[in-house]
Amino acid sequence: MERQHYSLFTLARQALTGHRGWQPAWRDAAPQDRYDVVVIGGGGHGLATAYYLAKIFGVTSVAVIEKGWIGGGNAGRNTTIIRSNYLLPGNIPFYEHSLKLWEGLEQDLNYNAMVSQRGILNLCHSDEQRDAFERRGNAMRLHGVDADLLGPAEVRRMAPFLDFDNARFPIFGGLLQKRAGTARHDGVVWGFARAASDRGVDIIQNCEVTGFVRDPSGRVTGVETSRGKILAGKVGMAVAGNTSRVASFADLRLPIESHVLQAFVSEGLKPVIPGVITFGAGHFYISQSDKGGLVFGGDLDGYNSYAQRGNLPIVEDVCEEAMAIMPMVGRARVLRSWGGIMDMTLDGSPIIDRTPVPGLYLNGGWCYGGFKATPASGWCFAHLLARDAPHPVAAHYRLDRFASGQLLDEKGAGAQANLQ
Amino acid sequence: MIISCPHCGPRDSSEFYFRGEATPTRPEYDAGTAAATGYVYGRINPAGPQKEHWYHAAACRSWLLVERDTRTHKFLSVTLASEQGR
Repeated sequence: MERQHYSLFTLARQALTGHRGWQPAWRDAAPQDRYDVVVIGGGGHGLATAYYLAKIFGVTSVAVIEKGWIGGGNAGRNTTIIRSNYLLPGNIPFYEHSLKLWEGLEQDLNYNAMVSQRGILNLCHSDEQRDAFERRGNAMRLHGVDADLLGPAEVRRMAPFLDFDNARFPIFGGLLQKRAGTARHDGVVWGFARAASDRGVDIIQNCEVTGFVRDPSGRVTGVETSRGKILAGKVGMAVAGNTSRVASFADLRLPIESHVLQAFVSEGLKPVIPGVITFGAGHFYISQSDKGGLVFGGDLDGYNSYAQRGNLPIVEDVCEEAMAIMPMVGRARVLRSWGGIMDMTLDGSPIIDRTPVPGLYLNGGWCYGGFKATPASGWCFAHLLARDAPHPVAAHYRLDRFASGQLLDEKGAGAQANLQ
Repeated sequence: MIISCPHCGPRDSSEFYFRGEATPTRPEYDAGTAAATGYVYGRINPAGPQKEHWYHAAACRSWLLVERDTRTHKFLSVTLASEQGR
């Protein structure tokens, strides 16, 4: 299939010919017998891995296999926020690498991912929290990442609708990362799929992994799937949410629990919220989509789940937090809510590493922060698969850090709600 | 979710505190680092029935041993952890 370049010129030509000349954006492939690399999981991370394997590392015999349709898991269930406002030296370079990739992603993929750097504002509600934000902002700046500490007057200019004089949670200021923002989640998936497919990657849908093919030494040499056996030089798992389940086919027990995280969107409103705003006295964040819906969410439900739907106590909790920070949203009606399954690691940080099983590689444990990581996660996982060595910015995301005690506890948070 | 507490009857899950999987058992103190690490950090994390501990924090304050399907949130059994010896 010849590559169709997307541009204003292409659009104009299609408009003049009745839009009859558009081609499918990517090939819906059937599995071949063998690939150099098989990536399990056709979400953003898996497709980005395949794209960077082909583009940066020259590995083009690659298949991405997906049990449903691409982007139908957590890539379609997140709240689309991109940012790199982290504290720990093990995290900042990775997420900044990701944000830089986001900044050039649309030109690189020739696809409109609707990346919008509208900023993220973390609100603080006490002197101590402001001190902690100052520390985090300084850590970011030391790594060359933009950060601005705002006082209450500056926050008031940005977002006059907040409840500044709330008796319990007065707003003391906020930490602003202007380069943060949002992106169109489906567009990211389709853009990576199209660009990977153009470079020869096979994207195979409705192909569920049911086991691993092992040689007598125990090495993984392929996958058993609902569409037959596929052999591979290396197999990479990018199935966050279901990592434990897929890894159990290789008898691995991982430091991961699957939890449900709910998200919500309101009816469409005129533009009211300038960027992403987070509440510092609870766990609540909100932004406004280009279509006008307020997109918001909060805590995990707090119990293991693969159900992709949550329960009412968290709905109540999230709505209470919304009212505590911005009472103006009280009259907006909730249009939809949904749940995604989070790979919660026990220190709150992801894993991009080899596994104890030769030939099997792990990308998972993204907790509830995987979307922003999509490009860098793919880049670093591709590096690991191609070169058998961790990428420098992902070097802390080791699987053995739990045994060695070198935990990466960005917020001192793990899988349990009481620790978050 | 409604949890049927053996003491209090059917109650809203927001009264309870979730502790996690109940299947792993604490290794002997001299079992070694690998066994200890596996106990502290290893999770079975099944998609399906899971044995887990819940604490009825807002009422009778009993620890419960619960079997629940993680795919459907259906509670299969709820017993007192003290009766199971764990």
